[in-house]
Amino acid sequence: MAEARLKKPRAPPGTPRRPGLEEAAALWWRDEVSEATLRRDGRRWTAWTVAVVVVFAAPGIGLLLLSPWMLPVALGCFAHAWIVPRIQARRGARSVVPLGSARGGSRRAPADAAAEGVALGLLGDLVGHRERDLLGRTGLALQRGRLGVWLVGERGALMVRRGGRRVDCWCVQVAESDGLPAGDRVAHLLLALREDEAGFAMVANLGFSGAAWRGRRGLPESARPALDAARALARSHY
Amino acid sequence: MGLLIRLDRTGHTTLAEWSAEVMGSHDEAVAAFRRELDAGMLASVPRADGSAEVIRELPDDAELVVLRRPIAGG
Repeated sequence: MAEARLKKPRAPPGTPRRPGLEEAAALWWRDEVSEATLRRDGRRWTAWTVAVVVVFAAPGIGLLLLSPWMLPVALGCFAHAWIVPRIQARRGARSVVPLGSARGGSRRAPADAAAEGVALGLLGDLVGHRERDLLGRTGLALQRGRLGVWLVGERGALMVRRGGRRVDCWCVQVAESDGLPAGDRVAHLLLALREDEAGFAMVANLGFSGAAWRGRRGLPESARPALDAARALARSHY
Repeated sequence: MGLLIRLDRTGHTTLAEWSAEVMGSHDEAVAAFRRELDAGMLASVPRADGSAEVIRELPDDAELVVLRRPIAGG
């Protein structure tokens, strides 16, 4: 079903099958995700952000040097230099949809209340006591990994790197989630992450990488304590 | 005793239970397990340490085996 639906190209003969997550094994052309590749991607994101700021701020400064009367136009340039990185961070953070969020798929195609209860019961069994409390308050399931501390929602995941200063936002979801209760959507992603962290990051698409405070600003108010907890863990655990 | 569950629209459905005391129960669970895998579901065994192991054969000593749908990048 998965292969047929996703229509992935076949691996060339002789390509070794990747162990771990089945979905990652199907993506034979993608690079393996490691701390080194994450650092590289993080540097690219930072360079891109700096480039955006320079490209918009430099003309603004130039205009001001030409004439103070160009201030309104220069302010427009500075506004772009400020807003474009902010929009990027916000988009990345908003790809993570907390459990029960109005943006969750379960709100568009709701499962019945009994199914939601069953799904939440199983999800509660999967996570530990402290994580269950955090999940109840923020809608995000916390999972310690080798690459960092993860926060998993109905859709999307956020990873706080060791040290707690940088976050990566990942776009990932159940491929066919129609009718699935919200708790089950989280459980799907959580199980896949637990099966194979690097494979999970390989399947997911990196939507943003940057300073944790930038990602935090894009999260709903109710989900921010989860990021704070993940950052505290990332600072102390690694 | 082992439990084979599938995450689905109902929250989850118990597909099979097996134990060493009940003759043939593991074979029935294996048959159900293979049907689900053939239908595209993926299986793993959650561990107490917070990890999960991908499986392609139903182990007879697992307490809980969870079948889920594939995930994809968004």
